[in-house]
Amino acid sequence: MTTTAITPEGGQASPASMENPALHVDGLWKIFGPRADKIIGTEQANLSRKELQEKTGHVVGIRDVSFDVAPGEVFVVMGLSGSGKSTLVRLLTRLIEPTAGTVELYGEKITGMDDSALLETRRRKVSMVFQHFGLLPHRKVVDNVGFGLEVRGEGKSQRRNRAQEMVDLVGLSGYENNFPDQLSGGMQQRVGLARALAADPEILMFDEPFSALDPLIRRDMQNEVIRLHEEVGKTMVFITHDLAEALKLGDRILIMRDGEIVQIGTPDEVVGAPADEYVRDFTSEVPKSHVLTLKWVMRPDTGEVPADAPALPHDQIVRDAARIVLDHDGPCRVVDGDKVVGVVDDEDILRVVVAEEAH
Amino acid sequence: MARGLTRGRTRLVAIVASVGLGLAAVAGCGSGGGIKDASGGSSSGKDCGDLRIAVNPWTGYVANAHVIGYLAKTKLGCNVTYPDVKEEVGWAGMASGSIDTIVENWGHPDLVKKYIDEQKSVVDAGPTGGKGIIGWYVPPWMAQKYPDITDWKNLNKYAGLFKTSESGGKGQLLDGDPSYVTNDEALVKNLKLNYKVVVGGSEAGLIQSFKSAEKNKTPLLAYFYEPQWFFSEMKLVHVNLPTYKDGCDADAAKVNCDYPPYELNKLIAKKFDDSGSPAVDLVKKFSWSNDDQNVVAKYIAADGMSPDDAAKKWVDANPDKVKAWLGS
Amino acid sequence: MAVDTATAVPPPPPARQQENKEEQPYLERGKKRHTGPLLLGILVVWLVVFALLKNHDTRALGLQDTTDFHEWLNRIRDWVQLHGPDNWFFGGVLGFIGDTFNNIFTFLQKLVSIPAFPRPVPQIGWLGVVAVFAWIAWAVAGLRSTILVVITFLLFGVFGLWQDSIDLLLVTILAVLVCFIIGLPLGIAMARRTTMSNIVTPLLDIAQTMPPFAYLAPVALGFGIGPTTAIVLTVVYALPPLVRITEHGIRSVPETTIEAARSLGLTSSQMLRRVELPMAKRTIVVGVNQSMMAALSMATIAALVNGPGLGKPVNAALQIQNIGAASVAGLLIVLMAIMLDRTTTAASERSGGVASVSGPQVLLMGVVLEKLPRWATEDAGRGVRHPRLTNAGKWTIRGLWLIPVLVAVYLSRQQLNFAQFPGRDVWGFLKPIDGKSVTKYINDFSNWFIDKVDTFTLALKNDVTKVVINPFQNLLAESPWWAMALVILAIAFVLGGWRPTVISAVCLAIIFGTGLWNDSMVTLAMTLLATLLVMVVAVILGVGMGRSRRTDTIIRPFLDAFQTIPPFVYLVPALALFGVGRFTAIMAALAYAAPIATKLVADGIRGVAPTTVEAARSTGSTTWQMITKVQLPMARESLVLATNQGLLYVLSMVVIGGLVGGGSLGYIVVSGFSQDQLFGKGLAAGIAITAMGVMLDRIARYAAARVGR
Repeated sequence: MTTTAITPEGGQASPASMENPALHVDGLWKIFGPRADKIIGTEQANLSRKELQEKTGHVVGIRDVSFDVAPGEVFVVMGLSGSGKSTLVRLLTRLIEPTAGTVELYGEKITGMDDSALLETRRRKVSMVFQHFGLLPHRKVVDNVGFGLEVRGEGKSQRRNRAQEMVDLVGLSGYENNFPDQLSGGMQQRVGLARALAADPEILMFDEPFSALDPLIRRDMQNEVIRLHEEVGKTMVFITHDLAEALKLGDRILIMRDGEIVQIGTPDEVVGAPADEYVRDFTSEVPKSHVLTLKWVMRPDTGEVPADAPALPHDQIVRDAARIVLDHDGPCRVVDGDKVVGVVDDEDILRVVVAEEAH
Repeated sequence: MARGLTRGRTRLVAIVASVGLGLAAVAGCGSGGGIKDASGGSSSGKDCGDLRIAVNPWTGYVANAHVIGYLAKTKLGCNVTYPDVKEEVGWAGMASGSIDTIVENWGHPDLVKKYIDEQKSVVDAGPTGGKGIIGWYVPPWMAQKYPDITDWKNLNKYAGLFKTSESGGKGQLLDGDPSYVTNDEALVKNLKLNYKVVVGGSEAGLIQSFKSAEKNKTPLLAYFYEPQWFFSEMKLVHVNLPTYKDGCDADAAKVNCDYPPYELNKLIAKKFDDSGSPAVDLVKKFSWSNDDQNVVAKYIAADGMSPDDAAKKWVDANPDKVKAWLGS
Repeated sequence: MAVDTATAVPPPPPARQQENKEEQPYLERGKKRHTGPLLLGILVVWLVVFALLKNHDTRALGLQDTTDFHEWLNRIRDWVQLHGPDNWFFGGVLGFIGDTFNNIFTFLQKLVSIPAFPRPVPQIGWLGVVAVFAWIAWAVAGLRSTILVVITFLLFGVFGLWQDSIDLLLVTILAVLVCFIIGLPLGIAMARRTTMSNIVTPLLDIAQTMPPFAYLAPVALGFGIGPTTAIVLTVVYALPPLVRITEHGIRSVPETTIEAARSLGLTSSQMLRRVELPMAKRTIVVGVNQSMMAALSMATIAALVNGPGLGKPVNAALQIQNIGAASVAGLLIVLMAIMLDRTTTAASERSGGVASVSGPQVLLMGVVLEKLPRWATEDAGRGVRHPRLTNAGKWTIRGLWLIPVLVAVYLSRQQLNFAQFPGRDVWGFLKPIDGKSVTKYINDFSNWFIDKVDTFTLALKNDVTKVVINPFQNLLAESPWWAMALVILAIAFVLGGWRPTVISAVCLAIIFGTGLWNDSMVTLAMTLLATLLVMVVAVILGVGMGRSRRTDTIIRPFLDAFQTIPPFVYLVPALALFGVGRFTAIMAALAYAAPIATKLVADGIRGVAPTTVEAARSTGSTTWQMITKVQLPMARESLVLATNQGLLYVLSMVVIGGLVGGGSLGYIVVSGFSQDQLFGKGLAAGIAITAMGVMLDRIARYAAARVGR
């Protein structure tokens, strides 16, 4: 694979910290076991997962994780099962207590909150959507959607109206009086989505929400999330084990293995410049032409390209540019604003597309 | 809108409320119509109230209890109940005030000491007139075929006949309900009999064993007792052990004589005795024979009559005896 | 047939994981054990010791003999009897509880079952009672249950046992109510706190292992005789299943749901009221249901201390060997069990959201829901055809049906024939079907049947006793006590490791301390044999039922009936068929314990994943191979559970077996209950049975945990 030779200009593109992040996570640890807090800071903390378990019986869930999520961003956490991604999302709202580290939501420290403040945060600021929906089978759809509002003590007519709005928003109009077990899996997850939205939270967290669904339904639901994101513009943290889903939804992707961060980056960074063999292995099956932008395939501008050659923006997806490049005889210009940053020709494009078909 | 539980709760409350309402409405309608209040007894001027007669687990006892109970109910206007208890529990019940009387007591010197002599919560109400006999019996066919079996000295000669799968190479002596006081193990040992005591478990077990022994002509030697309705169905034959003399059973481990004859008696709770209920007199005066009791017990056990019907039948047929108990 | 897989080339070992793949968690490697050879070794040593030292140190105790420990218990009993009434605890606390329950019970009785003096009949006669219960059944459980309730209640009357039946119903309802009040919070606490669970679970084990006869006397000592004692006995017996099932129900609310609810910010009490309890509701109803069944099965035993109810006629009939009369009363207990079971089940099913759509509709035949006023109906959601009744609508309809109920109650207060169930002399048509006739039919049939087969059955009993029971019992009871104790400990260690060995050692010490070692070993021998028999039957029937729906449908009702029919009822026919002896006691235990074990085995077989069965079939397994190599091994946890339950059920029948010649501990317990001077000995025997139960249960569980791995 020759793509490895291309170094992205962004390098490790994750900003170490940003101004006013929606979510700020710093040095987060989770070790399972009776004496977990005694381990951090000692040499044992540096042992591998397996060694630590053999020696002490403790299991590392999350090891020293830090990242920021920008307001309005869709932030995807991706990893295989056992990588710690589901633990991570639970640590964020302390459904599991972290062993060490801080989590801040819009500047408010979630770690260290007392119980009532934590309840308040969960009731108003964060909502979650779960893989297995977690609906209450003894309540109608509309009552499931309004459950969070009920819990925080809102009046009946108010929450009914709000719940009905959400039911309409996720496209379940007419089903509000059904019980969950009368609905299909996809519809049940729409109820879960509506319930999460009903609280009007500052941030939405998704724990593998579509893994239990059929592929077609999954695609519908992904589009639904994209649509909702466009409509309501919430910050989202999205957990998945499906790279395609991550690439499709994520503004940025965090890849985890054995409880540690392997890489954080935009989709094209992850595919174009995998941090290590592990990520490369992952991304090897991805149709690169669908993800990579022109800046990943262009060559330096040596000045031989005529100025009348088509100019393409450097962040255009290869697939979208392919037709123009292939139709044009000779190389095209790649521009960042007015500046020409490089050139591409048929061969550059085909290298990406053909490499895929070789698989 | 707390559904779920609340829904269940409202439902329950509604059920209770509506049932309650209904009852109240109906109760208001009074009790005229076809049902008249039971006007107590006809003769006695004194109010009888409750009479609680303990019922011990053998049919002869049931006969005593229901004849007395029937009379108390119909002649004295008592509200009679029959708590089913074993003997020891009946005594304790009299002491604690939940039982008024026991109408057939077989000895129990230890309980007499505890409740009558020490605690003084129970009072002896005189003999029932019945004579209790405990002993070893064989089915009629055996007595016919082996006439000398009725003497204990010959029992070892026949031990082989009584061998069963339960008795481990020796002859089997079948014992009864666990509540029966028995000296059988000591007797077997002290009389040097080649037998083993096998516990049967109940009156029913004994009777069933005698029935099938007689029917199939199989040998059987078992603990049994009179008065007992089963004698009206089958004449079991008593095996004579060395004659009972006063004190020969003083040491339980050294018993070598037959069981003593029992003077069956009645007991009443001290509280009941002091209550002045007319039923106290009835219980104290009640007295009849083994044969009388066997008749009533047979009505119940063999003829399948209800105890009350059986009592009524006997009372109707024996007006003189009854009169003596009720006379004032 | 692909049977020659053994010769096939073994698959290549799985490729080593690449370095950069996810790490595998660390697992302990399984160790190889030599359970079989070790057990054989123990047996050989045991037999040698037995041969050399037979009948030495067996610690046998004569029937009427007692030890100091027994006498000490007697003295405590004497003290309570003499001074209890003046004591603050016995007379005060227990006395108060006793009086309260007695009063409540008597009040209810006067309302519906016994003459409310001076009225010659209860406040509400049979017609009213039937109407009220029918209405309740309809309101909570639907039409089918209502029909069942009406038929059952009418049979109470037709069989001439109205009062006893209603009394039993009252005892059961009161006891289950008490169980619910105690058990629900307890179960919830146990589900939420592991420490609580760890403390209470062993107590529940003991309560379930302890034979009711063993605590009959002490309870009667504390509460006096009568309804309270009956209720207390029943509660002790019926509480454990409710607590366990409640705990299980709350624990099995799906983790996702709990998490989802937590993420919405529920407080602990909101979680309980709005999520856990509603979602565990069905399971809790199952617990109530189990509790009711257990309560009913105590009826006959409670009757021994004057507990009101159908146990009384059963016991009375047994005294006079009247199989028919005992069966009629027993049949009513079974019917009552079926009625309560079906009604609570139906009620729990209706409490689920979807099912409630169909209930009222059945009764509204002809009434078009759309014609009802707006507030009475609502849209039932897309894809559901009819609108649904709102709660207000449901209750309006139920309220309307209350009118005829009230009329019936009114009539039952006014008319003698509606107050007291008329017998055959009033309603002549009852003659062929009333209690007396049915009693006679049953007696005639059983006499005929027993007459035909008893020579054969008695011979069978003798042979089995000689060939199987005697040798096995001798081995256990005639070995020196220390040898026996070592054998048990060794087996416990080999099967389950050091934990059950320690528990067994404690239990054996307790048994030794009761002074009833020899009797305990006799009982142990019978218990083990009976359990073996139970498992043979359970596996044969259970496999059949698990593999075929039709077999299941045919057999299951019989199992249900045998589970609820009071054991006393089949003692009489068992006696008639097999005579007095240990064999009969084992047969009675079999009849009692086989149903539950069979059901567990059947469920286990059915629970084997269909994909596994399919996979096995695709390799060409024969039916026999399927059963022995796939279904039984995979149902092994159920088998172990069945063995364990079978064992406990058998053990609880030991006492009742004592009534038909089972002897040993059972007989001692019963004699302690009825003979003054043997009170302490009987109590000690109860303790010994409990210790033995705990011991066997623990060994079985730990052994199971190993097998399950």
